[in-house]
Amino acid sequence: MYQEVILDHYKHPHGRGLRDGDAEVHHVNPTCGDEITLRVKYDGEQITDISYEGQGCSISQASASVLNDLLVGKELSEARKIQETFLELMQSKGRIEPDDDMEEVLEDAVAFAGVSKYPARVKCALLSWMAWKDATAQALGGAEAERKTA
Amino acid sequence: MTQLPGLLDTEAIRKDFPILDRTVHDGRKLVYLDNAATSQKPRQVLDALNEYYERYNANVHRGVHVLAEEATALYEGARDKVAAFINAPSRDEVIFTKNASESLNLVANMLGWADEPYRVDHETEIVITEMEHHSNIVPWQLLSQRTGAKLKWFGLTDDGRLDLSNIDEIITEKTKIVSFVLVSNILGTVNPVEKIVRRAQEVGALVLIDASQAAPHMPLDVQALQADFVAFTGHKMCGPTGIGVLWGRQELLEDLPPFLGGGEMIETVSMHSSTYAPAPHKFEAGTPPIAQAVGLGAAIDYLSAIGMDKILAHEHALTEYAVKRLLDVPDLKIIGPTTAEDRGAAISFTLGDIHPHDVGQVLDEEGIAVRVGHHCARPVCLRYGIPATTRASFYLYSTPAEIDALVDGLEHVRNFFG
Ligand SMILES: Cc1ncc(COP(=O)(O)O)c(C=O)c1O
Repeated sequence: MYQEVILDHYKHPHGRGLRDGDAEVHHVNPTCGDEITLRVKYDGEQITDISYEGQGCSISQASASVLNDLLVGKELSEARKIQETFLELMQSKGRIEPDDDMEEVLEDAVAFAGVSKYPARVKCALLSWMAWKDATAQALGGAEAERKTA
Repeated sequence: MTQLPGLLDTEAIRKDFPILDRTVHDGRKLVYLDNAATSQKPRQVLDALNEYYERYNANVHRGVHVLAEEATALYEGARDKVAAFINAPSRDEVIFTKNASESLNLVANMLGWADEPYRVDHETEIVITEMEHHSNIVPWQLLSQRTGAKLKWFGLTDDGRLDLSNIDEIITEKTKIVSFVLVSNILGTVNPVEKIVRRAQEVGALVLIDASQAAPHMPLDVQALQADFVAFTGHKMCGPTGIGVLWGRQELLEDLPPFLGGGEMIETVSMHSSTYAPAPHKFEAGTPPIAQAVGLGAAIDYLSAIGMDKILAHEHALTEYAVKRLLDVPDLKIIGPTTAEDRGAAISFTLGDIHPHDVGQVLDEEGIAVRVGHHCARPVCLRYGIPATTRASFYLYSTPAEIDALVDGLEHVRNFFG
């Protein structure tokens, strides 16, 4: 399950550290104590930054790094598609063997396919992705609300 | 192979535990170092469970037929075995529960519903410690919330022991109950019972001892402990799951009210009111875990035949060896006492910045089973500013070779994440 790609992201995380954002969330995995604080920054529908700080196992930390790599710069609709594909892979209990199409969408994140066989670790891999989803809802929900009142 | 003075004949003992022959992950030999979570079961216990169901199964205390009488004799015979094992003055002081958690909750509820002088209410105080298992924290938080009683606790020293420096301020005239762990499941610390009991007796407080990590590993004498209640759980001492024990002093069990109502615990019942059976039955509502009690009896026979003092010596030698070897692993920090003195055979540690989940996972791939997380004692992790620990814990069948395997495994973990 510890693919080289995962270890690389763990040892050299991309985009780590908290920077300016439109919304901030704090998510915790109560079974193992993994934690992440994550901020998102949007320019309209485009993700301009995802910054984060956290502590936890290599899986949760590497996953946050991959998330940053994959989603920053993307349009929200595309990011959603990536997130849904990653979720599908992680919930596959090891039954999905990523094909070329999936690899094109998920890039480095296909390395997590092996993690999906370990129920105790799936939550670690999903922690930052759930945090991103939540932060996005807050950031854009807030923006929408502003637009309405404006 | 490493030979240490005081070790048991593990080669012979391991033959009694079929599971220890198992391989995991494509043929790796299982190294089971998660004994503080639950122990493995010897064939003698498995056979007793089977035999009970194959030959004697019936409900207890009710029937007049042969099976009912035999099942009752076996169930009550298990109570006799437990009583002898803990040197209880009377067999009627041994209550069967489903686990230690239920035993601890039972006492908390007895005291919440009790009359004076035992009653816990808003003018009284409850004392626990910062190293308790959640099972000995949450029931008291609940009781405190329901009654308004104040919950207080002993803190911990940097080297993983109870800080008793302010004992006279923590245990006061207002204290109704002091409940603490004899051996910590996360730190391994063996606590100084006498000092705490003496102070509790001075102020007339009751004492409950959580012996979940003691009963499996050392001789337990409830009279020598001088406590009022002692709780432990069967599955950590070679018994099956689903059976626990609460021992309590007879006059307390007579005075205190029942918690669960139902069959078995009554004397007479009318639509208006009921009278209760004497202890222990007063506290055993409904059909009890019969086979499990029988299995626990078999576990006690098994442990007693080996000798609890010999098991203690074995684990002490292993702990001494393990502490020494672990402290040689670079970046490894033991959370808890760093000598084998007043220490049980559960050793928690951190390994540099490597998260315990990763440590546990890589060890698992080598067939080594350890536990990672907060071990149901999260306040301890908070106290030492760590998210979690890795814990290795030993039992009568553990060997120095298994400790060597652990140390080699940790070296592998370090190289992997280093
Ligand atoms: C010290 C201590 N107390 C209580 C318990 C609870 O035991 P059980 O889960 O069998 O109720 C445990 C076991 O995890 C323990 O180690």
